[in-house]
Amino acid sequence: MQAKYVLLPVLFALTVAVASVGPAPAGTIEGKVTYTGTPPKMKPIDMAKEPTCAKEHNPPPLAENVVTGPGNALQYVVVYISAGEQSSQVPSEPVRYDQKGCMYIPHILPMHTNQLLQIYTDDPFTHNIHPMPKRNPEWNKSQPPGAPPIETKWANPEFIEVKCNIHPWMHGYFAVLNASHYAVTDNEGNFSLKGLPPGKYTVTAWQEQYGTQSQDVTVGPTGATGVNFVFKVTPYLY
Amino acid sequence: MKTKIEAKSLVLSGVLALLIVLARATTGFAQIDSNIHAPTQSMESHIGDKIGHAYGDGQGRPDAGVQLYRRYCVGCHGAAGDGEGENALWIDPKPRDFTLATFKCRSTPTGTLPTDEDLFNNITRGFVTTNMPSWSALTLQDRANLIAMVKAFSTRWQTEKPGMPIMIPPETPANIDSILRGRELFSKIQCWKCHGPEGHGDGPSALTLTDTKGNPIRPYDFSTGTRFKCGATNQDLYRIFMTGLDGTPMPSFSDNIKPEEAWDLVHFLRTLQLTLKTPELATFQTWLKSHPNTLKPIGQEAPPGA
Repeated sequence: MQAKYVLLPVLFALTVAVASVGPAPAGTIEGKVTYTGTPPKMKPIDMAKEPTCAKEHNPPPLAENVVTGPGNALQYVVVYISAGEQSSQVPSEPVRYDQKGCMYIPHILPMHTNQLLQIYTDDPFTHNIHPMPKRNPEWNKSQPPGAPPIETKWANPEFIEVKCNIHPWMHGYFAVLNASHYAVTDNEGNFSLKGLPPGKYTVTAWQEQYGTQSQDVTVGPTGATGVNFVFKVTPYLY
Repeated sequence: MKTKIEAKSLVLSGVLALLIVLARATTGFAQIDSNIHAPTQSMESHIGDKIGHAYGDGQGRPDAGVQLYRRYCVGCHGAAGDGEGENALWIDPKPRDFTLATFKCRSTPTGTLPTDEDLFNNITRGFVTTNMPSWSALTLQDRANLIAMVKAFSTRWQTEKPGMPIMIPPETPANIDSILRGRELFSKIQCWKCHGPEGHGDGPSALTLTDTKGNPIRPYDFSTGTRFKCGATNQDLYRIFMTGLDGTPMPSFSDNIKPEEAWDLVHFLRTLQLTLKTPELATFQTWLKSHPNTLKPIGQEAPPGA
């Protein structure tokens, strides 16, 4: 048999093989969350009840109900895929919530349902961690200084308000989501959801004062699809 | 009657008054929704050898728990069991919302459902200083049926099992060493932040406390001498801080207090109840007389690192 009759089919087969085990097509949804209107003026937090904390923050931090950034950006908006994902797996890594200087870090912590949540305390006095869910069981645990992290999971998707009763200004949220792709906007309002197979999706944005907004989006095999959200804000806190 | 016209106007105003009264009586000042609706009609409870039923007990009482609930409970707890009964607006603390299945007085860990026995003890005991009376006058069977009704209002009882009641070791001796260790614990764990250094419910964080529904709530004032809402014994007191009072700012300390230490704290807390004659109070006061000015005031030491 002549060499070219063997070589060409072999080369062709190899090319096809390489092409078919290439990376799966995946696009990105990214954008910016901004506001129109006048946002409320956040007041500085008075930590006189815990003098150690009051000394740690100079100037005192502002309340975090509505945090804005340059260019009318809204920070701490949770953006996630609410429809269109084939399935979502519970990540094996835990997520971490810290209590430091009488503040919750981060203010909003997104996580998957049933993902392990570890709550640490870095302060030299007692806190109590009191999440207040409506669709998950409510609990309330004390965490004195030096206590080990509290480990827990949430079975149902929900935006759960968290507070400390001893330090009433401490206020944060667990965003428990049944989704694989989620992000929290930064101080410039930017978010990016990567690694989405092509298809139609519904993207939802949630802000703790101003509620939810959704948009339908089609993602191509590569590249980024832009989605922006605009929240109407008022100078009042609810 | 002076004139026919006066007589007629009297009759007319009488008829009008009667019509108004009848209208008010039939439409009602209060539209009481007595149509009790609960999601889990097949709910049962087990108290001792009695089985309680919310709806239909198969013994000729078709709506056992429902009838009792409509008679005794709906006025405060509401037709949907959500604590929004007709009376709810006027009372404080507010009636329990059964749809959340979050209960204060339990023997089970925080975040878990109470046992049937916990619920039974709660309605038998009632909650002192609130509008919830003791229902001990009702028969055991009636109370079992009511517990089944309470559970029927929340679907959580369908999917979750009650928590495992916490293990309470035998009580250690209530001597002065135990009381003093308990006092150290009270100071170290910072119970005084809410309860105050002398347990008067006047700690630095006391005035800003709210329950989970956002209603203002005060921490227990030990000096009042009233029994705790969750019971009068030392075992009840042990359970209060080792399971936490769900729905309120009072957390569970089970992760942070060892069982022997917990008994020390119980003994110390009894000494804060100045108007209740307990052996712990007597022991402590005798010791104080012979050791004046020995103890450092609670809550005045600076936290480490300050």
